[in-house]
Amino acid sequence: MLMNVFYAFLSIALLGALLGIGLAVASLKLSVKKDKRISSVEESLPGINCGACGYAGCAAYAEAIVDNAEELTLCSPGGKDTAEALARIMGQEIDFSAIKQVALVHCWGNEETRSSDFRYEGIEDCNAAFIYFSGADTCKYGCLALGSCIRICPVSAITKREDGRIHVDRNICIACEKCVEVCPTKVMQMVPHDSDWYVACNSPDKGAMVRKYCSVGCIGCRICEKKFEDGGFKVDNNLASAQYDRQYSQREGAAEACPPKSIRMIE
Amino acid sequence: MARLLTFRRGGVHPPEKKSLSRGEPISRCPDPETLIIPFAHHLGAPAKPLVSPGDEVKPGDKIGESAGFISAHVHTPMGGKVKEIRSVYLPAGFASPAAVIEADPGSSWSGTDMGEDACASMDPKEMISRVQEAGIVGMGGAAFPAHVKFMIPKGKQAEYLIINGVECEPYLNADNRLMIERTDDVLSGAMYIQKMIGAREVIIGIESNKPESLQAMTQAVSSRRLPLTVRSLKVRYPQGDEKQLIEALLKREVPSGGLPIDIGAVVSNVGTALAVYEALRMGKPLMERVLTISGEAASDPKNVLVKVGTPISHVIEHAGGFSSPPDKVVIGGPMMGFSIYDLSTPVMKGTSGILALTKHQVNQASRTPCISCGRCVQACPMGLNPTKLYKLIDHGNYDEAKQRFLLDCKECGCCSYICVAKIPLVQGMRWGKLMLRKKQS
Repeated sequence: MLMNVFYAFLSIALLGALLGIGLAVASLKLSVKKDKRISSVEESLPGINCGACGYAGCAAYAEAIVDNAEELTLCSPGGKDTAEALARIMGQEIDFSAIKQVALVHCWGNEETRSSDFRYEGIEDCNAAFIYFSGADTCKYGCLALGSCIRICPVSAITKREDGRIHVDRNICIACEKCVEVCPTKVMQMVPHDSDWYVACNSPDKGAMVRKYCSVGCIGCRICEKKFEDGGFKVDNNLASAQYDRQYSQREGAAEACPPKSIRMIE
Repeated sequence: MARLLTFRRGGVHPPEKKSLSRGEPISRCPDPETLIIPFAHHLGAPAKPLVSPGDEVKPGDKIGESAGFISAHVHTPMGGKVKEIRSVYLPAGFASPAAVIEADPGSSWSGTDMGEDACASMDPKEMISRVQEAGIVGMGGAAFPAHVKFMIPKGKQAEYLIINGVECEPYLNADNRLMIERTDDVLSGAMYIQKMIGAREVIIGIESNKPESLQAMTQAVSSRRLPLTVRSLKVRYPQGDEKQLIEALLKREVPSGGLPIDIGAVVSNVGTALAVYEALRMGKPLMERVLTISGEAASDPKNVLVKVGTPISHVIEHAGGFSSPPDKVVIGGPMMGFSIYDLSTPVMKGTSGILALTKHQVNQASRTPCISCGRCVQACPMGLNPTKLYKLIDHGNYDEAKQRFLLDCKECGCCSYICVAKIPLVQGMRWGKLMLRKKQS
């Protein structure tokens, strides 16, 4: 009786020892040599797998950095700190002259300010609505406010305000540009993180036409460009745009002088 | 009576509503003062404008030259002065450049019949080039350039020519009236197409709810001893789609992503056959068409011959305006048509109907969640799973939607029609296709 127990114990112990040795040999023989830097690069990345770098996730980007010498500045959520950490690991120097960008809706229109051609009752999505006559609004360049950008944003930086306008929280925005890609009217554009004033209109239509359909649309009157030398505004194709290459002193004055009040402070 | 032919899978049977305009003979719509002629009548490349503002044009002049392979010439039906070239929204929802022409009152194209002999001496190549020169497109709705269809690619053989007299969309009677009133011309056109593509057999498919057409066609075929078969089909939507019609008549299925010619068939609408007849016999470009104006809010439903470029509002005025304010004005049939907001939208080569619908017909119930009842799956003639596709598209999973044959969807509207939850499924499919195109570019 006791011997039976002993044999059972012995055979299991032997089997365990054999398999253990087998595994130990296999782990030595079959091991894949992996660059140690990959795991440390991956640890330095934020780990949210947003895909902003263009890779499937942080692990894939880390591999690309080490194996294919991919650029170190592609991680928007990580920003400067991450890029510096990556540079230390990889022993490289990087140029930080590029400033962090954020997405911004270049339109201040909503139900109150602009007219529409018909009542849209279809799928609540900008691209789905855009199929039919480029949207129900008479202005074909503005924000449709049906939230394609809200749904695609990986960090929930975009919200719809109570007045129906779309707002990007620039402190949350990671500059992945997904909203810029998905926006059918191209009203979502990137601006530097530290910019102050912008032109909240995207319509290249002539002033007389814009006046008919929107009360806050840029009419291309050129007051901002001509009267404010240091305003940093340029009018092209009936549409003013702000320049962000440096600080300008007369932005506020130009905003006050703008007849439809299209020049606005970024909120 | 033998069992009527029909297609195998899916389909619906909406109220036919044909009686509103069935007995109305084709009348001519008076000429408008201004023509708005779009340069794009179909998907594919829009024609390249040949005129600029200030130019004088004569009736029948070519004003747009086909640009690209899937593209057709555009002609003006009236003479006058080109006022401007501007962008207009077409019923399908996209914008196209269009020539705005101030028409000379009373100017219209005229030509002489060259007779049967002149056509008989032409070889197929010359016939196709004449069809191309006349800017003929498929008149069933999608307006696919006809000469592209008639040029049989190398290695393929057109065994069958199917003339499509199905007109399965409710309300519409344009093709029905053509078959009754222009029977001989349609049949001659069909014979010309047969010669062009070298088809062995010609079959005309007509749904059984058009007994006058069936009778007229059968009689004409037997009295002229033409090598044609007229087949009666069970009333079922979307039988007028070429894939379903081929299945109903030949029991063959067009492979996914393929064309009818892959299985030896070419399908042409009766309106196209008539346009081919007129182009070959008289050299007449395609610049007018028959359409049905109908609907419960139309005061005088009728079938009219309208010049391409005529504003919709002008046609409606001719038909006595609205009897009650319409809730929607739909261009085309109620199943596949598009509702428009601007009545100055022009009539195009593919416009088969103008429908003024009341609130009751539009039936705008509010949308509720999908209950997975599977009716859309049952109704889809292409054998797709519309609800699954919709969910995939809604979640941004366009690639999987493509793997599940999203691109086989032809937006016939059966799924949206049958959906008890009133989910805009067809719009979802169009949305998915748009996002796929966006991803590719």
